[in-house]
Amino acid sequence: MEKLRGRWSQLRKSPVYGDVKSGVKKGAKEKLLSLFRFVIILGISYVILAPVIGLVTSSFFSNADAYSPTVFTIPMAPTLERYERAIVHLRYLPTLGRTMLFSVTLTLIQLLVCSMAGYGFARFKFPLKKLLFACVVIMIVIPTYTVMLPLYVTFRNFDPLGLVTLITGGPVNLMGTTWPVYIMTALGCGLRSGLFIYIFNQFFRGLPREIEEAAFVDGAGTWYTYFRIMLLNAMPAVITVSVFSLVWQYNDTFFGRLFLIPGDVLLSKRVASLQVNIKTLDKVMDPSIQQLYVSAGIVLLMLPMVILYLLLQKKFVESVERSGIVG
Amino acid sequence: MKKFRLTMSRKRMITGILFISPWLVGFLYFYVRTLFMTGQFSLSEITIASTGGYRLSFAGLENFIYAFRADPHFKQVLTTSLFDMVVDVPLIIFFSLFVAILLNRKFKGRAFVRAIFFLPIILNADAITEALTMQLQMMTGGLSPMSEEVASAASSSTVNVGYYLSLFENLAVPEFVLDYIVGAVSRISDIITASGVQIIIFIAALQSIPPSLYEVSRIEGATGYETFWKITFPMVMPHIITNVVYTVVDAFARSPVVDLAYDTAFTDYNYGLSSVFSLVSTLLVGLLLIIVVRAIQKRTFYYD
Repeated sequence: MEKLRGRWSQLRKSPVYGDVKSGVKKGAKEKLLSLFRFVIILGISYVILAPVIGLVTSSFFSNADAYSPTVFTIPMAPTLERYERAIVHLRYLPTLGRTMLFSVTLTLIQLLVCSMAGYGFARFKFPLKKLLFACVVIMIVIPTYTVMLPLYVTFRNFDPLGLVTLITGGPVNLMGTTWPVYIMTALGCGLRSGLFIYIFNQFFRGLPREIEEAAFVDGAGTWYTYFRIMLLNAMPAVITVSVFSLVWQYNDTFFGRLFLIPGDVLLSKRVASLQVNIKTLDKVMDPSIQQLYVSAGIVLLMLPMVILYLLLQKKFVESVERSGIVG
Repeated sequence: MKKFRLTMSRKRMITGILFISPWLVGFLYFYVRTLFMTGQFSLSEITIASTGGYRLSFAGLENFIYAFRADPHFKQVLTTSLFDMVVDVPLIIFFSLFVAILLNRKFKGRAFVRAIFFLPIILNADAITEALTMQLQMMTGGLSPMSEEVASAASSSTVNVGYYLSLFENLAVPEFVLDYIVGAVSRISDIITASGVQIIIFIAALQSIPPSLYEVSRIEGATGYETFWKITFPMVMPHIITNVVYTVVDAFARSPVVDLAYDTAFTDYNYGLSSVFSLVSTLLVGLLLIIVVRAIQKRTFYYD
């Protein structure tokens, strides 16, 4: 009897019993917590979505809606006129096509170069490896902005090692073309390339070595192993990097501004000059009406990325979680 | 021919160097060389020819002295930028950690919520952000960036936030704390927009915590609060460093110092002064990063 009582008191103290006893209370607590979570998520989602929704609806406003004090968010007399003018001024479809071609090409180059560098750092031994990898980190930390002036000068009179002078007899001016961005990206110094090299490095280091050993035993060369086996295994990292790279490339205005890339290949640059065009060419003088056209232009700019994101969203989130972005 | 046969490790070494060679060339040409040039520019007087060429003449520290003694904007813009960074970074880190924990739980409609939360990453362009901020102000009658006159005119149609704030003033809260909190709340949309990538990094970090740790703590009878401080927080600590670095660099890239340097170089054609601006601000941000990372690293626990 004494022994049994001892066991009972032990049982009562154990957390398992506590769980059973507070089962009812716990249910209420759980409900309260999930309500709390719901409210917070709702609030944050509102802050993110409200301006987007406002932007989209205001792009349908007619003049009467814009001047009427009773109209809030939902237009009473919706019109497509803003889009018609915006599409004309942006030369939307051709510009979008060229912008997409530009961004996608850069993304592919970036994928190749950055994954190669990441693989090299992850799997091979060579002298000064630690120092060189520290350089990758330095690249992440030091923004391109610090060296923008020498970059400008470099591409204004492009002449690496006197090679161009040998061929054409003088340095070339690459301003106003897309070449500077292509060259920098191909040499692993494009938009946030350092970050991408880092992500790839982390991911390749996490893959088991046995895959490569098996490939080697089966007679695959290094390059075959890399292109046909390692890159396929690194799909999560590849997807993460391509989405980031594409989006940042598409939205970037810094390189466009620095290298004076013409508006034909950069939609974001066209959108930036939309308001002036509406004012001077269409003679719309009221700034609040001009703003409606700009809203339409920005919706047009966002649209392709949002569609792409909605299509890839599930894959993207999954990949990010597995891509070893954190190492 | 046989004399030159390479050993296996030699061969692999060469392949490795081949793999990183594009990047290496780019790094040397576009970073090492340009950093050197920036330093050179900052110490020289530069005359620009019409072809875009330039001639340097050594001027010593003249540009630096001008930047700190005579330039009307530089010191002020620099301090504001750095100060904003110091204020915003902790907010962004805490907010993104909080959201990551929230999103890491299983609940109905999680995929949908995540899609919304990552939207700011997609909409991360200057033009878009600007338009969205304006839209938010129009809809909510935002409180911070408006002048008093506009706010009072707008308050007839929207909630008067100032009134609710004045309610708190009678509490014995020090004013600067109140200011900080009000500032944080009024910038909430900026903070949310800036923390997309950080949320992703934190979610990935949370996923990599072995579930056995949570199991053990539950069996030992730890409360949720204890579990957070004893397991979750130490385990994501190393990624806080990653995030701090990312946030600071990102904030620096958007800061007004960069615009100032750009305008000085391409509107006023004063290359030397612009280089000084870039160098000084980068050095200060680097110093800030080193201090912060050191401070966190001391308290960081590494699992393996």
